[in-house]
Amino acid sequence: MKKPSEKAVHEQLVQISKRANLPAWQSWLIRILAVLASLVVCAVIIVLFTGDNPFAIYATMFKGAVGTSRRIWSLLQGVAMLLCVSLAVTPAFKMRFWNIGAEGQVLMGGLATASCMILFGNSMPPALLLLLVIAASIVAGAIWAVIPAIFKAIWNTNETLFTLMMNYIAMQIVSYFTYIWSVPKGSGKIGVINAASQAGWLPTIGKYNYLLNILIVAALTIGIYIYLRYSKHGYEIAVVGESENTAKYIGINVKKVIIRTMILSGALCGVAGLLLVAGTDHTITRDTAGGRGFTAIMVSWLAKFNPLYMVVTAFLLVFMQKGATEISTVFGLNDSFSDIITGIIIFFIIGSEFFINYTLKFRSRKGAEAK
Amino acid sequence: MNKTPAIELRHITKRFGQIVANKNVSLTVYNHEILSILGENGSGKTTLMNMISGIYHPDEGDIMIEGKPASIHSPRDAYRYKIGMIHQHFKLVDVFSAAENIVLGIEEGKYDLKAATKVIRETCDKYGFEIDLSKKIYQMSVSEKQTVEIVKTLYRGADILILDEPTAVLTPQEIRKLFAVLRRMRDDGKAIIIITHKLGEVLEISDRVSVLRKGEYIGTIDTKDANESILTEMMVGQKISLNIERTEPKNVEKRLVLTNVSVNSVDGRAILKNVNFTAYAGEILGIAGISGSGQKELLESIAGLQQLKSGSIIYHNPATGQEEDLRDKSPLQIKNLGVRLSFVPEDRLGMGLVGSMSIIDNMMLRSYREGKSAFVRRKEPHDLADRIIEDLQVVTPDAQTPVRKLSGGNVQKVLVGREIAASPTVLMVAYPVRGLDINSSYLIYNLLTEQKENGVAVVFVGEDLDVLTELCDRILVISGGRITGIVDGRSTSKEEIGLLMTKAGRHHNEEGKEGNDEETV
Repeated sequence: MKKPSEKAVHEQLVQISKRANLPAWQSWLIRILAVLASLVVCAVIIVLFTGDNPFAIYATMFKGAVGTSRRIWSLLQGVAMLLCVSLAVTPAFKMRFWNIGAEGQVLMGGLATASCMILFGNSMPPALLLLLVIAASIVAGAIWAVIPAIFKAIWNTNETLFTLMMNYIAMQIVSYFTYIWSVPKGSGKIGVINAASQAGWLPTIGKYNYLLNILIVAALTIGIYIYLRYSKHGYEIAVVGESENTAKYIGINVKKVIIRTMILSGALCGVAGLLLVAGTDHTITRDTAGGRGFTAIMVSWLAKFNPLYMVVTAFLLVFMQKGATEISTVFGLNDSFSDIITGIIIFFIIGSEFFINYTLKFRSRKGAEAK
Repeated sequence: MNKTPAIELRHITKRFGQIVANKNVSLTVYNHEILSILGENGSGKTTLMNMISGIYHPDEGDIMIEGKPASIHSPRDAYRYKIGMIHQHFKLVDVFSAAENIVLGIEEGKYDLKAATKVIRETCDKYGFEIDLSKKIYQMSVSEKQTVEIVKTLYRGADILILDEPTAVLTPQEIRKLFAVLRRMRDDGKAIIIITHKLGEVLEISDRVSVLRKGEYIGTIDTKDANESILTEMMVGQKISLNIERTEPKNVEKRLVLTNVSVNSVDGRAILKNVNFTAYAGEILGIAGISGSGQKELLESIAGLQQLKSGSIIYHNPATGQEEDLRDKSPLQIKNLGVRLSFVPEDRLGMGLVGSMSIIDNMMLRSYREGKSAFVRRKEPHDLADRIIEDLQVVTPDAQTPVRKLSGGNVQKVLVGREIAASPTVLMVAYPVRGLDINSSYLIYNLLTEQKENGVAVVFVGEDLDVLTELCDRILVISGGRITGIVDGRSTSKEEIGLLMTKAGRHHNEEGKEGNDEETV
């Protein structure tokens, strides 16, 4: 059958086809392999551009993240904060409401916390102030989230742009107040609020500064997991997210679900602001949210909106961030270098999802005919 | 007539993941003939043809054209081999005219619409196509659009034409016209392949029939040697009787009365115009019409999913004897009134079900609100899912499987099963057997008849006139949002319904809006 004319016949070299369901262990194997592959690529880049020993760099990364008990605590605190914001965006994302305004919602929660601490620090009993701080942060975050939700529900505005713009407004408001309340006046920095009285500060458990934060977020993780999976609200969120038409067909009030869910999402962002301001920094700046509102989207998405998996993805991201910062200092490398390494590793992790869902088939004409 | 092989398929196999869509299929198509590819839904007909037309590529096997293996990787490649396919869903640009659509995408030569129109005109005259080349696509009926698609493939020089379910959307009169054109093309030497699952049409139009079953090639016979029972047996693999039992309606009483119902689309177009009818308990009311004539909006109006411009929808509650107006009520309000309305919408995965959710969670759609707890109970839905899987023979690994992973027929069984399990007093079903195999189709027909015998008012929107006339007690015909007739299912004929389907009440339209619509009959 092989004629010269067959030369004109061109074959596709690679065919992409959808995989049948992959067992869980295989998909995790692919993910682990992806991380290993990313480390190899990073090693090549390290050698090419810096000449440093990649193993030394990885070791430093590891030490930077978990080298001392102080660093471990700092790592866990970082994971808890990122996880908290990720938990906040998850209900909205499950509903396919693209809330990229978590940054602003966290800031508003933090600002409400700081304002209460500054304004009532000396005039209120500490226990009452603490309750006020908690309530104010939650309400502020929820308000910042519900505004775009109402516009979406009633006028079907684009929530992505709306929530994004709300971030900038929140940042400007925070800038304004950090200027007004700055100590000393005009410095543009608020400094530690109520340093002496610690009024409005979240209590610490023993000598562990971050333990309360971590426990609160752990409880929230389990709470949100149960809410999304077993509650009627969670079920409605899933239906609205998958198909608004189906939701209407079975009589779900879609507007109500959108608004309710965004109140929850914003309230949780408010809690993150509370933990950051009253539980960690005891001050507020424009950078208090620190980009977590955006990183959280990745955490949530990589974990396929499952709060339990999000613990893993948040840990991974914070671990790399901490480690990458360390190598920049130890090896005297530019800050961007840690970003490059983090970027490569994340690229591989996200890319591995493709290989989990699809399979590549290499085929040659000869192979097919030999059969 | 000298018949030479136009295309030869040799041992074609195509897999999608674990699923084998075509397994070792070999068949030949000659010039000067019409070949029917017959098979149930999901038997791999369309996949096979998509490989000829360059949309898919076979995993194994060869496509031989004029005795040489051909490598077809895109529809463009297919045209080089003079193969053209007319898909079920037309691929036309709505705002362009017929002529513009026909010349669209041709690279050779310069763009000269006038010269092209002349060539197209000649082609049309040669085969007897009736078409207004300057008419825009959005003004066309489905049958006209199909004509444009066929002319387009001819203009591109196709000698091998593949038509995927060409009659699914046509009235009996339009089908007759299409067949006449196809015969003329065959006599001119073209090779024509028709994908279909309708036996009557196979026997009428084709010279030979090739049968596929579950992706496997069963055999080819000359149409003159075939009859319906032989073909069914080849298709299904066993002898089955194709009779729908239609019982006489009993205890007929008013259940749903629609008076002067009008609905406008979001952009203000009239979609339903003064619709009046009554659905009775204990009967199956069929709704016939060309797709897109307002059937969807009609059912959605009753289900509380459409804003009515005018009119009323009165429900006669058999439990309380009260009358309720369902107008301006949400689905939840309708449910809370005690109206037991079940609705199998046309768009199963986009409306009736949630594709990514398990069968259990889809069962829960109807019942999750029950109980005061803030949490859902999955036990009863789980039991219901298991029961439906068993009773309706749903093929699925388990009840936890997302419905998106099921085949079309099984998806439909899940949906119909859930809606019937709600023990409705009104059951509305839109195209409930679309995509189903023969056995499942008859299972659904029997379920509907059973519901009717239980005193349910069944409203059945269908497309197959054979089925409508065999199953329904009365048939309401809708055209352009108007009811053009309500006929008795036992005494009517397909031709009568076909005429009503295109009548469109255009002779007595008040607005005069559709004055430029030509009579298509």
